[in-house]
Amino acid sequence: MSQPESATADAQAGGPSDGTPVKGQEPLAKLAERYGLRRAIARPSLPVYLRQLWERRHFVMTYATSRNVSKYSNSALGQLWQVLTPLLNAAIYYLMFGLILGAQKGIDNYPAFLITGMFVFTYTQRSVSGGAKSISGNLSLIRALHFPRAALPLAYTIQEFQQLLISMGVLLGLVLLTQEPITWFWLLIPVALLLQTMFNIGASLVLARVGSTARDLNQLLPFIMRTWLYASGVFFSIGDKVVNSAGLPQWVADVMYANPAAAYIELMRDLLIQTHEPRPYIWFVCVFWAVFALLGGFWYFWRAEEKYGRG
Amino acid sequence: MAELTEELSRVKAEESGAPSPDVRVHPNPEPPHNPREGTPTVIVDDLHIIYRVYGAATEAEKGNAANALLRLLKRQGRPQMKEIHAIRGVSFVARHGDAIGIVGRNGSGKSTLLRAIAGLLPPHSGAVYTDGQPSLLGVNAALMRELTGERNIVLGCYAMGMKPDQVKEKFDDIVDFSGIGEFVQFPMSTYSSGMGARLRFAIASAKKHDVLIIDEALATGDREFKRKSQERIKQMREEAGTVFLVAHNLDVIEETCNRVIWLHKGKIKMDGDPQTVLAAYNKA
Repeated sequence: MSQPESATADAQAGGPSDGTPVKGQEPLAKLAERYGLRRAIARPSLPVYLRQLWERRHFVMTYATSRNVSKYSNSALGQLWQVLTPLLNAAIYYLMFGLILGAQKGIDNYPAFLITGMFVFTYTQRSVSGGAKSISGNLSLIRALHFPRAALPLAYTIQEFQQLLISMGVLLGLVLLTQEPITWFWLLIPVALLLQTMFNIGASLVLARVGSTARDLNQLLPFIMRTWLYASGVFFSIGDKVVNSAGLPQWVADVMYANPAAAYIELMRDLLIQTHEPRPYIWFVCVFWAVFALLGGFWYFWRAEEKYGRG
Repeated sequence: MAELTEELSRVKAEESGAPSPDVRVHPNPEPPHNPREGTPTVIVDDLHIIYRVYGAATEAEKGNAANALLRLLKRQGRPQMKEIHAIRGVSFVARHGDAIGIVGRNGSGKSTLLRAIAGLLPPHSGAVYTDGQPSLLGVNAALMRELTGERNIVLGCYAMGMKPDQVKEKFDDIVDFSGIGEFVQFPMSTYSSGMGARLRFAIASAKKHDVLIIDEALATGDREFKRKSQERIKQMREEAGTVFLVAHNLDVIEETCNRVIWLHKGKIKMDGDPQTVLAAYNKA
């Protein structure tokens, strides 16, 4: 703490290198404007933001793949778990709901009904919970590098999509085992998955922003997800249980069917299971949720772009 | 501006010393060879940064459920949430060709200031104006320990915003520079700390930058690698418009920088040429 520095600092404070005090009086904001400097943190317009995101597509893909690879890198069976996990899940749910609880009454081909519901729901569930953690769990990355933050929730959804491609193979194999025929409807499976992916991206963007500030969300999320699981008719027929067994009015069942998870489950069942009765307007509901969630999600996430990373 | 001058004069008053005659203008030892030399590249205008920290509980109310419930009932909010005023009104202008070293004790706000310049931390008030995108030299956060060096090189390059052909072009350079040889095929978790640091530096320094921000990158590796990385930094400094450097090793700052800013408790204590500032800093 010797003296010279304060005097030096005084001299410097006016604006280094020009040294003349009068010129140094110019407000720094003006000086910045004169030289065309921009604020370091400024939210780009939505089209620019989407273009920046597109330019980072390689990062998004590599990040998603890397997360998938590193996830199983410590286990002996390695990538085999990507197939084993959905298989084991299907086995447990069949044992639980099909054999013990007897939920299969009134449903033809219950195994196919159950595993389709389970696999489709798991995709949405994992994307959404991953999205909720994508910002809050990556603060160090956000504080170190510059990129459109939407790349993170997007990467988490793509990571789940890569997993889904494997579980879809398992699912189709199992459905064939239950003696469902291959039909022309199978050609529509990619379309159904595309719609669901659009919805998942949108939903995980929304939850990424919510989760970046609401820290209790991660504790709450498992309960929300379980409620959603039950409300989406994964292991029972909504129409049958809600109206016939519980005696609730029909509109309750209709509302439950309109929830996005139930809609994508029902759509996939329509495509895979011949005896499954198609819901009215199912394509309309699925397209609506996909477009609404994707557009709304991007807009909502982008609005807080410059705030992510603040402690 | 006025505030800053005020603060600085307060600092001066606190130190109760006679003002020194040593009043100099900002040094710029190299003759201007570039027409852009001397134009501002980074302007920091009365910047304040406040962190919110969670989980900083006092001794009496360490996290147990009953206390948490009690607090909720008393509507006390979350006392564990603490605000830390890390940067308290910093202003300066960095110009083309500057290599600015930032010194200060632990917790004086050096890294926070760098992150704010890089546009990674939103200011609480004030602003940072920049020409082009300042980039922080460091990809550590993007890398994954379980993955091989090869995968991490690709991942790190993409994370910094490189294109696939650039990654391909730089890949061998990165491996060579890091000197980890065949270890590039093993997971990074198997590396020694020196190897990991070398690879991280090699990846981080593979990209060209307008405004380059280096946070303690030189403190790692053996002597041979230190020499190599200093050379690399010098080269990057020549390519970049402006370089900011934080290092605890003051020799590095003295060799690399033409201007030093001394941060103390979130404020600029001194700003000037390396010899003067470092001499004062060492005495403090």
